[in-house]
Amino acid sequence: MEGETARIAVEMRNIVKRFPGVLANDHVNFSAYEGEIHALLGENGAGKTTLMNILSGLYRPDEGEIYLYGRRVVFNSPRDAIAHGVGMVHQHFKLVETHTVAENIILGLDKPRFFLNLAEAEQEIRRLEEQYGLKVDPQAYIWQLSLGEQQRVEILKALYRGARILIMDEPTAVLTPQEVEELFVTLRRMAREGHTIIFISHKLDEVLAIADRITILRKGRVVGTVEAQMATKEELARMMVGREVLFHIEKEPVEPGAPVLEVQGLRALSDRGVPALKGVTFHVREREILGVAGVSGNGQSELAEVITGLRESTGGRVRVNGQDLTNAGARAFIDAGVSHIPEDRVHVGIVPSLHLTGNLFLKAYRRLPGFFLNWKQMREKAKELLRHFDVMAPNPDVEARTLSGGNIQKLILAREFSSRPAVVIAVHPTQGLDVGATEAVRQRLLEQRSQGAAILLISEDLEEVRALSDRIIVMYEGEIMGEVPPDAPVEEIGLLMAGTRLEGRGA
Amino acid sequence: MDWVFISATLIAAIRAGTPILYATIGEIFAERAGVLNLGVEGMMLMGAVSGFIVGLKTGSPWVGALAAMLVGGLMSLIHAFVSITLRGDQVVSGLALTLFGSGLSALVGKPYVGVPGVRFTAWKIPLLSRIPFLGEVLFQRDPLVYFSFLLFPLAWYFIFKTRPGLHLRAVGEDPATADAAGINVFKLRYLYTFIGGMLAGLGGATISLSYTPGWIEGMTAGRGWIAVGLVIFAFWDPLRAALGSYLFGGVNSLQFGLQTKGVTIPIYFLQMMPYLFTILVLIFATQERVRRRVGAPAALGIPYVRGER
Repeated sequence: MEGETARIAVEMRNIVKRFPGVLANDHVNFSAYEGEIHALLGENGAGKTTLMNILSGLYRPDEGEIYLYGRRVVFNSPRDAIAHGVGMVHQHFKLVETHTVAENIILGLDKPRFFLNLAEAEQEIRRLEEQYGLKVDPQAYIWQLSLGEQQRVEILKALYRGARILIMDEPTAVLTPQEVEELFVTLRRMAREGHTIIFISHKLDEVLAIADRITILRKGRVVGTVEAQMATKEELARMMVGREVLFHIEKEPVEPGAPVLEVQGLRALSDRGVPALKGVTFHVREREILGVAGVSGNGQSELAEVITGLRESTGGRVRVNGQDLTNAGARAFIDAGVSHIPEDRVHVGIVPSLHLTGNLFLKAYRRLPGFFLNWKQMREKAKELLRHFDVMAPNPDVEARTLSGGNIQKLILAREFSSRPAVVIAVHPTQGLDVGATEAVRQRLLEQRSQGAAILLISEDLEEVRALSDRIIVMYEGEIMGEVPPDAPVEEIGLLMAGTRLEGRGA
Repeated sequence: MDWVFISATLIAAIRAGTPILYATIGEIFAERAGVLNLGVEGMMLMGAVSGFIVGLKTGSPWVGALAAMLVGGLMSLIHAFVSITLRGDQVVSGLALTLFGSGLSALVGKPYVGVPGVRFTAWKIPLLSRIPFLGEVLFQRDPLVYFSFLLFPLAWYFIFKTRPGLHLRAVGEDPATADAAGINVFKLRYLYTFIGGMLAGLGGATISLSYTPGWIEGMTAGRGWIAVGLVIFAFWDPLRAALGSYLFGGVNSLQFGLQTKGVTIPIYFLQMMPYLFTILVLIFATQERVRRRVGAPAALGIPYVRGER
């Protein structure tokens, strides 16, 4: 690090932040140069976002000091931070949907004292767009924009306020691969102009692709800072997790059997009453994982709900093992052997205030003999399942909500897979899980595949879909854009995710 | 064309519509900030009775009107405290406020029923009042009517074209985002609920000091509820609120006028129109796309809790 001529833009010294029961940042030292893209890497709960919330003025540190360009600063609010040139783009955008881009950008500013002069603001916004290559219409309403465009509005908002240091919290989570590329181009351009970019992520590949330097956090502490050019994925993962991680997933070669889940011309409406599925056709065979790739919100959630009996379809057919289950209701799907690993694990996957035994028998209790439940026996069985599926819990009597996200997911897998399902519908099964739990979930899915289940894997994580699937279909705006083999290039899948159909290939 | 009939109907519509217009614009401010206040009827009644009594005691309708605004504003603070600070149910709190206002105004006003009081008198605006037809309709009214003429375009300009107006809309749309942008959500919600209460009080005083001077129990006769409905009819826009107020304010006189022309529409039918329209608009406006275009405040009726993201 010595020998650098660049100025240090940000320096955080000995930052400590405690939350009730948690030490989120434990004497963290962090610094970033002017004109640098600095990634902050770590698992969920490692303290990345907390640290940056301190830098952006949202939290006050319990201990420690912040220096910007060598001068000590104390922030009491995000306003103080932005006044010193620190802007943050949060994971969940803070934009007023029914207002225009320009209105959102000037929201909360003192500059127009009373009369709104939107034309003037729009001119300034266009100038910034020009300078940094961020294309978005200042007069458009937020609800008309894609998530990628909304992110640009957030970046513009920070730039408009004079941000020199820009913090991006998991910025790629909502983007298509092409949009990620565009974002990277913009970030590099900003760095060249002397801005400092702090990039929070837990994805190793993108961190290696964009960052100049990488600081790794684990359990609230800094593990180290490395030059991105010298770093390898394996090394980063080890620093992040604290042990060796296997990236290569061993997929047993198995020959798929007959189609088990058949979906034909399926149509359904979203919660808002607009068409979310516009005639979806596919099938999943025995001993096969069919991956569904796509940016969230393109009908995947609705698809999963219709084929588990949780949402009415407005057209088309769903068959399981030849049996027509269209609009038959959740019970019929369960009885037909369809397992569901839902997107919203806490609200759909478990009963949070029920003990683990109850949660594990939520579906299986119907098959128990007699009218009364034999809790003693069930508890013993539950203990066995918890052990077998490696759920970290003191005993089967604790409420499910006391478990961590990864353990809740393992609990769901224990319930769903203990019934030897014919079909598994897995929706974002590893989203938000740390590396260890992710590995376990993927292993379990492959295990089910070997045992003969037909698995539909809906995931936003393209790497995951490619690693686990035997075939991949890509959804865009309620339609299947095409089918590709798992070794298809990312760019090709990315094009499909963005709604460009490939010629000469059919689903 | 029967110009006398038309001008008489228009004058009656403006006179009857003015109290509703004040209350409607007040409620638009509150709802734009995300606070649904169903206590409009109660605040109007309290405004009417206090405006009348204070006017009588001081001999000045002006002081009466100011007192009515103050009383309406204070009433609204009860609702603000329950719904903003305590995060109580806004519908329940608003209904309670209406019942409370009806009862209290009847109690306080008991000795004043039928007592002759003060009133605002018409000001003929020099020159303008001599314009044929328009002069008679628009410029021979009393100061409360003139003030309302100024208020509704200014309210529109304020909401859509100024910085505080942008903040007001942001607070009602997305309080979390407004908070993150450094806007004090709680302060603004209190402020606009208070302004809403003041205008409802003024609306009440317009009845007891101008439209039908005097006090009788329950004299607002459901105009507060018409105002609540009109806010939706007007899509939270003061210009459309003016149109709606005059339209529904004029319903009664129109009915009498039509009767003399030999057309009979039952008064009850005309009186239910605002509510019927409200239901129709609600059916229409629950569509997400429509809601966005129309600008119904998304956070209307939802208390804001900081830190919920």
